[in-house]
Amino acid sequence: MGTYVPNSERVQQEMLDVIGVKNVRDLYCNVPKKMFVKELNLPSEKSELEVRAAVIEIAEKNRVFKTCLRGAGAYRHFIPAVVKSITSREELVTAYTPYQAEISQGILQSIFEYQTEMCELTGMDVSNASVYDGATAAAESITMCRDRKRTKAYVSATANPQVIETMQTYCFGSGVELTVIPAKNGKTDEKALKAALGEDAACFYLQQPNYFGLMEDAAAIGEIVHAAGAKYVMGVNPIACALMKTPAECGADVAVGEGQPLGLDVAFGGPYLGFMTATHDMMRHLPGRIVGETHDVDGKVGYVLTLTAREQHIRREKATSNICSNEQLCAFTAGLYMAAMGASGMRQAATLSMSKAHYLAKALQKAGLSLAYKGEFFHEFVTACDEKTAKSIEKALEKVGILGGLSVDGGILWCATEVVTKAELDKTAEIVKEVLSK
Amino acid sequence: MKLIFEKGAPDQHLSLLPACDVPEVSFKEERALPLRLPHVSENELTRHYKQLSDRVHGMNDGFYPLGSCTMKYNPKIDEELAALPGFTQIHPLQSAETAQGCLEVLHTMEKNLCEITGLDAFTLQPAAGAHGEFTGLLLIKAYHVHHKDFARTKIIVPDSAHGTNPASARMAGFDVVNIPSGPDGCVDLEALKAAVGPDTAGLMLTNPNTVGIFDKNILKITEIIHKAGGLCYYDGANLNAVLGVVRPGDMGFDACHLNLHKSFATPHGGGGPGAGPVGCKAELAQFLPGPQVEEKGGKYKFVTPKYSIGRVRGFAGNFDVVVKALCYLLTLGKEELPHVAENAVLNANYMMARLKTSYTMAYDTFCMHEFVMSLEGLHKETGIAAMDIAKGLLDHGIHPPTMYFPLIVHEALMIEPCETESKEIMDEVCDVFLQLFEEAKTNPQALHDAPLHTPVRRLDEVAAARHAIVRYNFD
Repeated sequence: MGTYVPNSERVQQEMLDVIGVKNVRDLYCNVPKKMFVKELNLPSEKSELEVRAAVIEIAEKNRVFKTCLRGAGAYRHFIPAVVKSITSREELVTAYTPYQAEISQGILQSIFEYQTEMCELTGMDVSNASVYDGATAAAESITMCRDRKRTKAYVSATANPQVIETMQTYCFGSGVELTVIPAKNGKTDEKALKAALGEDAACFYLQQPNYFGLMEDAAAIGEIVHAAGAKYVMGVNPIACALMKTPAECGADVAVGEGQPLGLDVAFGGPYLGFMTATHDMMRHLPGRIVGETHDVDGKVGYVLTLTAREQHIRREKATSNICSNEQLCAFTAGLYMAAMGASGMRQAATLSMSKAHYLAKALQKAGLSLAYKGEFFHEFVTACDEKTAKSIEKALEKVGILGGLSVDGGILWCATEVVTKAELDKTAEIVKEVLSK
Repeated sequence: MKLIFEKGAPDQHLSLLPACDVPEVSFKEERALPLRLPHVSENELTRHYKQLSDRVHGMNDGFYPLGSCTMKYNPKIDEELAALPGFTQIHPLQSAETAQGCLEVLHTMEKNLCEITGLDAFTLQPAAGAHGEFTGLLLIKAYHVHHKDFARTKIIVPDSAHGTNPASARMAGFDVVNIPSGPDGCVDLEALKAAVGPDTAGLMLTNPNTVGIFDKNILKITEIIHKAGGLCYYDGANLNAVLGVVRPGDMGFDACHLNLHKSFATPHGGGGPGAGPVGCKAELAQFLPGPQVEEKGGKYKFVTPKYSIGRVRGFAGNFDVVVKALCYLLTLGKEELPHVAENAVLNANYMMARLKTSYTMAYDTFCMHEFVMSLEGLHKETGIAAMDIAKGLLDHGIHPPTMYFPLIVHEALMIEPCETESKEIMDEVCDVFLQLFEEAKTNPQALHDAPLHTPVRRLDEVAAARHAIVRYNFD
C-alpha cells in the first residue's frame, strides 16, 4: 500500500472488480512488457520521523550567517511576521492556476492587487502576474520589443552577469543578436551605446541601480535609446523604486526586475519572482498571465484571467511566450509584503538600506579599502582590491559569522540592508582593518 | 469584496522597522510620482487576506480532478522541512564550503531523477514545465549546431499536445510541424513517417498522451525519429501514470522535463512556483545549462558543462521546491514509488468505469492516469455543454475537470483523480457527475444558470478582454 494512498488493498480489489480486470498491471496493456522497470536503484522508503532527521542533517551542513553583507541579485531584507503567517495558508499553497474564476476569486483579486502595486512602484501602466525570476523577465522583455525590422537587442555590461547570460541563452533560441554595451567607470558607456544603436535596434536593457550598485543616468540613456527608435527596458530593484526616480519617469517602455526583495527568503536562489510592467502600448506584448476586472451575470464585480489571446494554450506556436506556470505564490507574497509595509515602510526600508550601505562604505574606507567607482549608489558598492586580499577578507569575516561582500572582477561587491545594525557594520570594518594590516 | 486599496486610512501602518542608527542618506533625485500602496492596520490586513483565501479552492477544500495537472496531496512534512532556516537563509552566492547541504540536495535529486527517468544527466535550473521544454529544445538545437547539422530546423508536435509544446519550439527558434493523431488518439505512424526528413530536429511527445493513453507504438515512434536523424523530447507532464513503472529513457527519449509540482507532490501555489528539471542522455549532457553539481570524495561543487547552452534562469533554480520533492522521494523510496503510478491509473479507470454508464468516453479503452469524455452528444441533445457540467460541479464543492482540452476532442472534459483520493470520495463525485448528466436532460436551465452558490457567478470574459481594466484606478 503506497504512502499517501488512502485505498487499502481490499478496496483496490473492489475497484479492480468494477473495472473488470484482475491486476492493476492489466491496465498497462499498451506497455511493451520488456519496458517495465524491475527495481529502481533508489533508497528504501522512510517514515516521516526518519525523513525529518535525514533532511535536518543535510540542512545542518549549510552555514547560516548571522550577518549578511552579500547581495548581487539576492537580498536579505526584513520579512514581517504577517507575511509568513498568511502565505502558509493551505488553500493558497495548494490551489491550481485560477482557471475556474468563480472559485478562485481570492487568487485573482490578489493578482489584481499585486498588478496595481507593481504599477505604483514602477510608475508603469500595466503589469503581468509574474514570470520565473528577474533574469527570465529580462530575457522575455526582448521578445516583447523585437519585430520584423528591429531584430537586434542590446544590454549594458553593467547589468547582473547572470541576467546577461540568461538573455544570451534566450537569444540563442530566438535567433536575436544580443550585443553587450561596454561599461566605463562602472557605468554604461553612453557614447558607445549611441554609436551602437541603428535602425535595426529593437531594445536596450539597463539595470538600475546597476550590478555595481551605481545609479545610472537612466533618463538620459532613455533619450538615447528612443532617439534610435528602439524600446527602452529597465531592470530595477523594487526596494530602490520606493525612493528613486521611477522607470516611467525615465521613459522606460518596459520595466522588469527581480521581486525577491519583496518579502521572499534568499533560499539558495529560489523560488523568486520576475515582475514585468509596461506602458499601455506594450500591454498585448506582455508574456504570461494578466488579471482583469469584469462583472458576473448578476452585475457583481469579479476578476478573470484576461487577454488570453496572447497565451500558449490559445495561440500555441504564435503565443507571446510559452510560459504557463508562473510564480503565483511568490507574487502573492510580494503583494502582501507591499501591503504590510505600505508606502512609508517601503521608503523606510529603502532609506535604511541605502544609509547603512553608505555607512559601511565609509567605515571600510577608514579601514583602508577604497571605492572602485565614483558616483551615487544605492545599497551596494564595490571596493577595489586584488583577489588574494578579497579571499582573506572573506575568510576572516566568515570566522565571526559574517557573510562578506562578493568577490568580483577587481574587488568586492558589498551590500547592506535594513536588517544589519551599526554594530555589525563596525565589526566588519574592524576585521577588514585587521586583515589589511597583516 | 473590497480591494485592499479601499480599506484603512492614510495614517494607518504597521510598526515594523527601527529608527536609522547611522547618518541618513537620500537620492539626489527622488521619484516625483506618488506611491499609493495600501495603508491598513495589521488586524485589517490579516482579515483582508483571510477573506481572500476563503475565496480560493485548495486541495483541502475538496476533489480536484484537473486533467494533465496532477493535483495530488501535498505532504505537510515537505513544507516543514523546506522552511528550515538551514535552507531558506542560505545566500545563493555563498561559497561551496558553506553551502554543502544545498549542493547535496541538488546532487541527490539530479541522481535520483536520472534513475527514475532512465537518463544520464539532469539540470534543476528550469522553474516550470514550459521552462523545461524550452531548455530541452535548446539542448536539441545545440546538439545539431554542434554537429554542424544546420538544416534541422523543424520540431514535430502531435495535434493533441499541450499548447506549451509548440510555443516552446517557437521560442527555441524551430518551425513547428503539427501532425494529426490517429483515430485511437495516438500518433499516426504513417503521418509521422511522412513528416520526418533531413530537416527534422526532433519530436515532442507526452506518453501517456493527453487523451490518457499509453502509445503502444512508442518504440517505433522514437525509432522513426532517430533513423531520420532527429532527437526525441518527452514532455513529462503525464509522468504520474508511469512513475517507477516505465522510464522515458527506456522508451527511446533523449531528453525530458519533469514537473516536480505534479508528479513529485510539491504544491501548485495557485500557479507556481513549480520546478521543471530537465534530463538527457549522455550525448546531450555537455550542452546542459550551468551550473550543475559535481561530487568528489563527498565534497560538492558547482561546474558548468563544456558546451553549455548557458543558464536559463538566475542561480540554481527553484531550490526550495526541489527540497520538497526530495522529501517526497525519501518518504516513498523505491518500494512505494511504483504504487503512486499504479493507484493513479487504478483510480482513473475506476472513475471511467463508473461514468461510462452515462457519459461518452472519447476513447473506449483502458486509460492511464486520466481519461477524456466528450460531451458532444449531450450538447447536441440537450444544449448542455462541457462548460455547463463544469459550472454545475462548482455548486457541489468539486473543482471541475480540465475543459476543452485536448483540442482534438469536442466538448472535452478531462479527469485525473490522482492516487491520493479514496474510493469513497470518488464514489461521491461520480454520483454528482451522474446526477448532473440526468439534470442536463430534465432541467437544463438549472445547469445554464450554475453556479449559484459561489462568491461570484459566471463572469463576463469577453468584456474583460475588450475593456481591459488590469489595475485599480485611484482617481
